[in-house]
Amino acid sequence: MDIIVCIKRVPEVAEIDLQVDQTGKSIKEEGLVFGVNDWDNYAVEEAVRIKEKHGGKVTAITVGSAESEEVIRRALALGADEAVMVTDPQADGSDAYAIAKVLAAAIKEIPYDIILTGVLADDDGCAQVGVTLAELLGIPHATLVTAIEIEEKQVKIKRELEGGMEEELVVATPALFTIQSGINEPRYVSIMGIRKVAKKEVATRDLGTLGLSPNQVGPAGSFTTVERIFPPPVGEGAQILEGSSDEVATKVMDVFQKGGVI
Amino acid sequence: MAEILVLTEHRQGEMQEISLEMLAKGQQLAEQTKKELTAVLLGKGVASMADEVKRYCHHILVMEDDLLANFNSEPYQDVLSFLIKERKPSLVLMGHTAFGMDLAPPLATAAGIPLATDCYEIEVKGDAVIPYRQMYGGKMCAEVHFKEAPCHMITVRAGSFPAEGLKEINGAVEQVSFQFDKDYAYKKFLQYVEAAVGDVDITQADVLVAVGRGIGDSENLPMVEELAKLLGGVVACSRPVADKHWLPKERQVGTSGKTVKPKLYIAFGISGAFQHLAGMKNAATIIAVNKDPKAPIFSVAHYGIVDDLMKVVPSLVAKVRERKGA
Ligand SMILES: Cc1cc2nc3c(=O)[nH]c(=O)nc-3n(C[C@H](O)[C@H](O)[C@H](O)COP(=O)(O)OP(=O)(O)OC[C@H]3O[C@@H](n4cnc5c(N)ncnc54)[C@H](O)[C@@H]3O)c2cc1C
Ligand SMILES: Nc1ncnc2c1ncn2[C@@H]1O[C@H](COP(=O)(O)O)[C@@H](O)[C@H]1O
Repeated sequence: MDIIVCIKRVPEVAEIDLQVDQTGKSIKEEGLVFGVNDWDNYAVEEAVRIKEKHGGKVTAITVGSAESEEVIRRALALGADEAVMVTDPQADGSDAYAIAKVLAAAIKEIPYDIILTGVLADDDGCAQVGVTLAELLGIPHATLVTAIEIEEKQVKIKRELEGGMEEELVVATPALFTIQSGINEPRYVSIMGIRKVAKKEVATRDLGTLGLSPNQVGPAGSFTTVERIFPPPVGEGAQILEGSSDEVATKVMDVFQKGGVI
Repeated sequence: MAEILVLTEHRQGEMQEISLEMLAKGQQLAEQTKKELTAVLLGKGVASMADEVKRYCHHILVMEDDLLANFNSEPYQDVLSFLIKERKPSLVLMGHTAFGMDLAPPLATAAGIPLATDCYEIEVKGDAVIPYRQMYGGKMCAEVHFKEAPCHMITVRAGSFPAEGLKEINGAVEQVSFQFDKDYAYKKFLQYVEAAVGDVDITQADVLVAVGRGIGDSENLPMVEELAKLLGGVVACSRPVADKHWLPKERQVGTSGKTVKPKLYIAFGISGAFQHLAGMKNAATIIAVNKDPKAPIFSVAHYGIVDDLMKVVPSLVAKVRERKGA
């Protein structure tokens, strides 16, 4: 089983007061900490587990700026065998469809039985790149996958529906699955582990080497563009309880009492 | 006349609420753009659903086939591609659900239709249809512009458009004649797997003390359990806590967990992603505790405390004890 896993570098936004940059179309990135998209962590772990059980090779691939090398190296430390990084400033401003085109071009030169992506990327939250890629490659797919069982020439999977319900499917390989969080428990990557792969080769590609022209990516090659971003309008919002710990606790007791809880 | 196409969604013989929400928004968009509203209903044994849906649209296109009995993106995609080619709608709406997430991207890609996913609002400005969506876990909103094309596709976030405003149109039912030329053996539905039932039913509790990733470690759960016990409630959680098996899956609140409506919901260290909010926003009283004053949870909470939960939980435990004289 040769597996390709797609990963994306995204900013961590919890506890961050995000600001709109001067273009009005994206966030200010200075000072933000970036890491691998949470869902992709599960995808890499799943790929490595399948390899450990059934043999084969895992290739991690990302499209992004030069800084993306850190997330691709992390995938190597987790157990991926090879890494491909597509970096080209002309790809900036690509939507999910254009990113899928780049991935499809890069994947043409890599043999695979299964492709894994995350369900969605924490930053744009499109839940679109994986399935679009499957269509471009002409292979079947399933989204929101919570279990994978490899059988001969096919894969038995569970996918998540609403309300905790799931469905079971069989899908013939080659196929693409978008991995839902909780499918496994991603292993811990130590600093030592990252250091060990520091010298491993990461194959780099740009649009030229992939045979893509600039108008196939970026805003020109995209179907959608973000015209402007803005913080969500604050409606009524919560009444913030302030004061010392004890004062706040007293105020909460009043709320409890009003709600008939104590 | 060009039309707006809405793909209705159902499972195990039941129409999903998102279908009516889309029809309601579809009616409004049809009026604004002077187009007709057409619903598509694919399945097996869906005649009674067709009767319900036809009330709210100008046309309803129905196709029944064994291959459509349970949702499978492959046959669905083929029927819809055919219908889109045939009828040339200007806009296609689908739910951003387990169903739509599996179907919309390949359908749009194969047909060359620009797609915007998970949209919470759709505006009409002149000739343009403008979708709005959220990014960064709900911390930013985005106005999206489509590339010009004869048809656009939008997947709609559940709960964004109230179904209450639906008007009666009483359209006509039309049967779709489409011939499948394969059996889709490469992607086959086997069965549904019902959610696991646990020892605690969080949907029945009056008080839910919920924890999110901000709890940091399962070691910190006992203090939260103590608070819940003192309040006569139970502990619930967001998805990452269930993913890590710190609490069983049946304690998870949200679109892929339970929908709850307790008297009191306290959220500790939960950011307030849409998928979580959808499961708890109708609680009578919501208190959110989060270190981040910009956490989206504060937009649905009635009361907020901007502080470290590690400090707040013990102080609440102490205070409740004091009140109870225990
Ligand atoms: C198809 C699909 C279905 C999903 N279904 C669900 C679902 O049913 N339920 C669900 O919950 N999610 C669901 N999710 C996941 C959802 O998108 C979010 O990832 C998730 O809700 C985030 O959980 P969280 O708020 O606990 O974690 P985070 O978003 O990481 O937030 C943690 C919060 O804790 C705060 N914090 C950290 N430390 C402290 C501290 N010491 N004191 C106080 N605050 C602190 C931070 O400021 C932050 O706001 C689903 C996602 C997908 C794609
Ligand atoms: N730039 C990228 N490079 C590699 N993989 C990506 C990229 N963007 C998205 N993906 C993959 O597609 C999934 C869904 O992303 P999205 O459609 O943007 O929500 C992610 O979890 C990744 O696995």
